[in-house]
Order: sequence, then structure tokens, then C-alpha cells
Amino acid sequence: MIVGYFMSLTLADVKRIAYLARIEVSETEAEDYLRQLSGIFELVEQMQAVDTTGIEPMAHAQDVVLRLRPDSVSETDRRGDYQAVAPQTEAGLYLVPKVIE
Amino acid sequence: MQWEIVIGLETHAQLSTQSKIFSGAAIAYGAAPNTQACAVDLALPGVLPVFNRAAAEKAVKFGLAINARINRKSVFERKNYFYPDLPKGYQISQLELPIVAEGGTLRVQVSPASGQAYEKEVRITRAHLEEDAGKSLHEDFHGMTGIDLNRAGTPLLEIVTEPDMRSSAEAVAYAKSLHSLVRWIGICDGNMQEGSFRCDANVSVRPKGTDKLGTRCEIKNLNSFKFLEKAIDHEVQRQIDVIESGGRIVQETRLYDPDRDETRSMRSKEEANDYRYFPDPDLLPLVVDEAFIETARLTLPELPQAKRDRFVADYGLPVYDATILTASRDLSSYFEESAKTLAGDNKLVANWVIGELSATLNKEGKDIAESPIASAQFAGLMKRIQDGTISGKIAKEVFAAMWAGEGDADVIIEAKGLKQVSDSGAIEKIVDEVLAANPGMVAEFQSGKEKAFNALVGQTMKASKGKANPAQVNEILKKKLAG
Repeated sequence: MIVGYFMSLTLADVKRIAYLARIEVSETEAEDYLRQLSGIFELVEQMQAVDTTGIEPMAHAQDVVLRLRPDSVSETDRRGDYQAVAPQTEAGLYLVPKVIE
Repeated sequence: MQWEIVIGLETHAQLSTQSKIFSGAAIAYGAAPNTQACAVDLALPGVLPVFNRAAAEKAVKFGLAINARINRKSVFERKNYFYPDLPKGYQISQLELPIVAEGGTLRVQVSPASGQAYEKEVRITRAHLEEDAGKSLHEDFHGMTGIDLNRAGTPLLEIVTEPDMRSSAEAVAYAKSLHSLVRWIGICDGNMQEGSFRCDANVSVRPKGTDKLGTRCEIKNLNSFKFLEKAIDHEVQRQIDVIESGGRIVQETRLYDPDRDETRSMRSKEEANDYRYFPDPDLLPLVVDEAFIETARLTLPELPQAKRDRFVADYGLPVYDATILTASRDLSSYFEESAKTLAGDNKLVANWVIGELSATLNKEGKDIAESPIASAQFAGLMKRIQDGTISGKIAKEVFAAMWAGEGDADVIIEAKGLKQVSDSGAIEKIVDEVLAANPGMVAEFQSGKEKAFNALVGQTMKASKGKANPAQVNEILKKKLAG
């Protein structure tokens, strides 16, 4: 967990977040993002000042609940269509650069 | 130093739905690669998850079965990491508000390698809904990895315990008990070979008598009870060796290698675990109301624990027998149907279900549901043992014939002339013949060799082709030898 966003976000934090999201950022971009993100956090900090005692936190901006779909198979096999646009396939598999844990 | 072992388990139970948790694709096992992976499972642009009601129903059933609190509102979150078998770049899971909250427990029967069997209660911290990932095939595809997304989006219930277990035997007892429960209530098929039920074990050690938990290691993907036991035993020994030689345990994920019977480091937890969970904006909170919960409760069968206690109370069975008979729902029904049909010696039925029937099923690798002998037929066989028509030994022969499909017990007994001879005149005649034919044995007995008596019983039974009533044979032999 990265803590202390609200106090101060560092350049190292920005680079770490970018790394975790696999986004390549240059040194100048990182500084730009630091400024922009810090601006957002300042806004959040202002909101933190509001007293929310006794208010149930919301997990979604809209106060509605999840629709429940009946459990039935509605999709048919369209592997051919999907694989036609894939960069590389073989024996029904999608091929990706080798990953070893 | 004396060490105490501390184990907590996380189990992924695949929910036995027809379709996936967030898409309408099928989840049948063994389909050709990617034929059950739709646009949602592939994370094509613009797709949205639509939640499967049955996944919530099954999760709630589980929560009720273990007496846990059900969260009326639970929230799906994104667990972010990159791996090709997870095309969205995140797994949809639950973190802060899981559907099954605290309070659940499971009572388990522990049978340690040495010492007495005992009962233990394991607390279940939580159980949450999540989607499974796809499969990576690392065989050589010209230096590339093959991805099959059929499994991606399969509904899972991850069941997490408190660190309550103190030995691999307790961990195995819990896993077996949980495995039996999820099948019993019909939420998971429990097929471990197909990966429908997989365990991860969190293992640590601490000096006996201390309260503070040691640093733990997580052992991943243990898909058999045997591996679970061996992996824990091995990991405990490794940790003790490290500490006793002055080292320090590093919190990490380890993989068990059954071929070499050892665990090895997979990744360091501090490094990898920054999943940046946040509520999934594509999914609204999952709300289950009282009516939903009550409906789930109504579909719950009588639970193993309650049935076990009832078998003891109503059928007068020992706890040991009742525990074995309630290991699966089908087995318990078979016993109960047979016992009800017989309406007589319940212990006799229990002995035969646990003994000959289970052994034969085991030998043929069959489940009780596939038994060629129906419970009513089985009760027919019990009836003939109970009323003395056949001896227990002959009953095994009749059982084998019934198993082979030769008909009901009475038909087989009649056709093969297996009726027990209880006519004392007839038995006396056989005994006389045996005594006359075996003067050596008689002499041995009379010179004080008790064993010779058993040999004479054996000869008599043999002469009667096993049909003589053994109790009567004993009695008559004793009388004749004394006289």
C-alpha cells in the first residue's frame, strides 16, 4: 500500500504507479503527472474536511443495486471471429510472448 | 525448542453454475480451447460484466450452512495485475465487503497419524465471490505461450479460515470436511483433478507457549489432500530449519513440487502484492434481501452435522459410524433408505454399508450413486441376515451375485440353495460325519489343544458348504466333544 497521498506525492510514487500500470513515462511527463495528480489530491483533501460521520460510504456514484442475470448459457462459440483479429493463434490458442513465473 | 505450527487455509471452490459469473458463456470442463470464451471473457473493448444470480445464491447457501453473517450489501472490486491469462488486466473479486462475512465455523473430525481422533472447530473468516483466470500453456509454441480463456470468468467462492489449525492432520481434516460440505449443499462438484476445489495454505511456526504469530509463507494450488499434507509437513520442517540455524523467514509465496516433495519460492510477497484494489465502476453493489436469503435457506438440505447427530439419536449408531455414513449426502441417504426399509437392526445395516458395500465401491472406483444394488434390494439382503436365513459369510456371496446383477437376495438364495441350515438334526448329522472323519483333530482337542476346536468348526462349515448356522455348529460340537 502506498500511504500518505494526501500529505505529499513524490516523483518516486508517480514512477511506481506508472510501473504498476505498465505505462512508460518520461522524466518530464512524470513531473507533469506529479503536478496534476497533486492537484487532484488537494481537491480530495478539501472534501476530506466535510464531516461524514454516520454516513454509509458508497461503492458507486449511483445509489442503485446490481441486476441479477438468470444462470443460463446465452453465448455461442465465436472463436473463429475473435481469432481472426488476434495477432497470432495456434491450435485454438491465443499466442503471446513467453511468460515464465 | 518446541515449535507450534499455525495454519490457515484459503480454498477456491468453483461454483457449479451453467454459465460464467459475469458472462453468458458456458463453463463445461474439457471444451476445445477458447470455444467458451466470449467477448466479455476476452475483455474486448466496450464489453460490460453482467452478474450471474446463481453465483450469489450458492455463496449465500454456503454462508448459511456455516452459520456466518451474510452481508446484505457486498461490493465487487478490481484486483489489478498483469498476466496474459487475465486479459482485462484485473480480476474482479471482493475485498472490503465480501458476500459471506465473519462468524462461520466448521466442526471437523481429526484423525492424527498417532493418538486419538478428536473434534475441532475451525473458524471461517469470510468467503467472497470472484472470477477465475484463464490457463497458460507453456509448451513450446515457437517460443511463445498459448492462452486458453475457457476458464476465465468461471465463478469461484474463496473461503478463508482463521489461523486455527495446528497440524497438517487438522488442515487435511478441515479441507475434507469443507469438500464434503460444498458437495453436500450442491454448490461445487468438488472435482479436485479438474481444479474445482483447490487449497492454498498459509503456514508459520512459533515457539510453543507464545501468542505472537510467526512470519507466514503461502503454499499455492494444492489440488489433493495428500499434497496438502505433504506440502505443509515439508514447509514446517523448512521453516524450523531456517530459524534454528539462525535465519529469518521471509514472507513469500511458495509452490509445492510433488515430484521432489519440496516447496520452492515463487515470488516475494512484498514485491508483487500491490494490487491497487478499488470498487469496480462497471458493477453496482450486490444486494441480497431477506427474501433472497430465506429462499436460499429453504433449498438447503439437512446438513451433515445435524444428520450425524440424528443418526446417533434415532438409529442408535455409534458416533464413529454416523460420521462415516454422513461423509457424503448420497451415502447417508442410502443408509437411511435401507435402514427404514428394513426397520430392524440398524447397526447391521451400518456395518454392511461401511464394510462390504463401501469396500466394493472403493475397489471398483464407483460412487454410491452408481451402486448396482439399490437401497431397497440392499435392505432385502439385510433382512435375510437378520432373520437367520443366511449367515454373514454366505451373505457376502449373495452380495457379490446381487452386485453382478443376478437379482434380488431371495432369488439368489433360492437359486443357489444358500439357505442356512438351522435344523439341529441335519447339523448333528454333519458334525457326526466330521468327527468320524477327523479322529486326529478330536484327539488333539481332547489332549487340551483349543485350536483343534476351531479346526473342527471349520471342517463342519466346509462340509455344509457354509450353510450351517455357525452358532448351532459351535454348540453341537461342544456338546458332542464333551459327551
